[in-house]
Amino acid sequence: MDKTRNFKRVYVWELPVRIFHWLNVLALFVLIITGFLIANPPALLSSAEATNLHTFGIVRFIHFTAAYLFFFVMILRIYWAFVGNRFASWRAFWPFTKKNWNNFGHVMKIDILLMNEKVEDVTKISIGHNSVATLSYLIMFVLAIIQVITGFGLYADMSSWWLPKMFDWVVPFFGGDFLVRNIHHTVMWLFIFFSMVHVYLVFYHDWLEGRGEVSSIFGGYKFVADERLKHAQDEVEIKGDNEIVASK
Amino acid sequence: MATKSKVNDTYYESIVKQGYSRRDFMKFATYITAYMGLESTMVGQVAKSLETTHRLPVIWEHFQECTCCSESFIRSDHPIVSDIILDKISLDYTLTLMAASGHQAEAAKHATMEKYKGEYILCVEGSIPMGDDGNYCCIGGRSAKDILIEAAAGAKAIIAWGSCASNGCVQAASPNPTNATPIHKIIKNKPIIRVPGCPPIGEVMAGVIVHVVAFGRLPELDRLGRPKAFYAKRVHDSCYRRPYYDAGLFAQTFDDKNAKDGYCLYKLGCKGPMTYNSCGTIKWNNGVSYPIQSGHGCIGCSEENFWDNGPFYKKMAKVPGLHEEGLADDIGKVGAGILAGGLAVHAIAANISKRKELTSRIKRGRENEKNIDS
Repeated sequence: MDKTRNFKRVYVWELPVRIFHWLNVLALFVLIITGFLIANPPALLSSAEATNLHTFGIVRFIHFTAAYLFFFVMILRIYWAFVGNRFASWRAFWPFTKKNWNNFGHVMKIDILLMNEKVEDVTKISIGHNSVATLSYLIMFVLAIIQVITGFGLYADMSSWWLPKMFDWVVPFFGGDFLVRNIHHTVMWLFIFFSMVHVYLVFYHDWLEGRGEVSSIFGGYKFVADERLKHAQDEVEIKGDNEIVASK
Repeated sequence: MATKSKVNDTYYESIVKQGYSRRDFMKFATYITAYMGLESTMVGQVAKSLETTHRLPVIWEHFQECTCCSESFIRSDHPIVSDIILDKISLDYTLTLMAASGHQAEAAKHATMEKYKGEYILCVEGSIPMGDDGNYCCIGGRSAKDILIEAAAGAKAIIAWGSCASNGCVQAASPNPTNATPIHKIIKNKPIIRVPGCPPIGEVMAGVIVHVVAFGRLPELDRLGRPKAFYAKRVHDSCYRRPYYDAGLFAQTFDDKNAKDGYCLYKLGCKGPMTYNSCGTIKWNNGVSYPIQSGHGCIGCSEENFWDNGPFYKKMAKVPGLHEEGLADDIGKVGAGILAGGLAVHAIAANISKRKELTSRIKRGRENEKNIDS
């Protein structure tokens, strides 16, 4: 029988990455719920005068507030792509490298099409994101920009602040609110699809590999086998017995 | 504004000749100034312009349309609008209202086009069918496309009346058999004012044309070429039912109590939140009412592609690029269901395919557990 591997804790996701992740989850969750409410509000059974109610106005207010949160954490993440560690860096997301596409093929074969390797090649295991994940986050980033543009575009007319006003070209660009709203609503569904697949794949990796995929986004640490670490001199730096971090 | 047109009376002279008093004229100047969104201090300037400006030659072309724009215009609030502005300015050429017909009419138009080259205003009502060499709309044996290009060549500016000329409207709705095309996609080298709406509000039309004749230049336009004074706000933003929307009080059907109480029609498919127009402020038929006030949701008639953007009586987002059935929520729910099923299948398949790895890991874990010093 195989010997149990020795795993080392590696600090992969820094605090700003984790903060980004969870604020983004919060914002998306709130945006989707309130977004559905705005698209198709439940009718209130109230005999109160309209003057004394502001229910739908509050739903919209929450949506707009969450939208600002979504926008600002996105900016934080972009900033961190330039100053964060190698696993958070924009370089990790850059898709146009041979290494990236090799890994992409590997992940597609092993994790998506569920084929088995005859002999496990530890060097193919990603310490940070794998290439399928980076590509999906890149696509989500583009979709997030589309949501920001269409959302603030629809909002711009109601605001007098310069930030949303910067988006007042959006509605004329698409020819009217109809198309902008339809894009905004349709792309929201893509976020739902992404979230489903994302959560599933995180559980999948955690279950099959036992490397702490799920807990890594809480504490920042992933577990990496010794054999893998031997091939990771350019990726991680051993600072002490219990401290392995991303190399510069 | 034009030197060659001095043979014409000024607007004021025309108005007086028509039998209106100075008082009527001042009333008209005041009212039209207000509609144009100008300050009250501008009334004098508007009156002065109408007194001193010589009548502007206007050619009003009708192509693929239903004449509802003209109908709306002649029902505009103040009689001077139809009596003087339409009657006099459109004397040169308008199929619907001119007395002349046939060759006479065409001759009158060509005379105007030559005499006032570069000075006349071209008003266009209706879209241009570009399919089959433009044969779907021919007037006097010539295609709409030919007529438009000829008339536009000498025009000072073009006003695209209504949704047909501005956006294509119903003729351009999918599948657009005649390839109906709005004016701005054909004429690129002239200033074009788009005045969408099916029809546009009569006062809006009057306001636009008075602005052009009184000030000699185009009103301030937005990025889509619409006059800002009338198209800067959504119907929703000036709707008197807006407080019900903000409160979350909606009519569910057209005959429920909420509808009778005048609650917001958002859930009944009102397109007011997506439609830029001044129906909520100027209203229709001398300010009597507008669709929402009459209990019917806005259908978004002044917006591009309003025929193809989902049902009129349902609040639904459509997947861009798909046809009527492509409602985002329906497709989304089915998609999410299929995806969830796929993920479940994948999860099962993963446990089968990777069972060796899994069982081996579980065994090793059990071994390790035994060796733990507790």
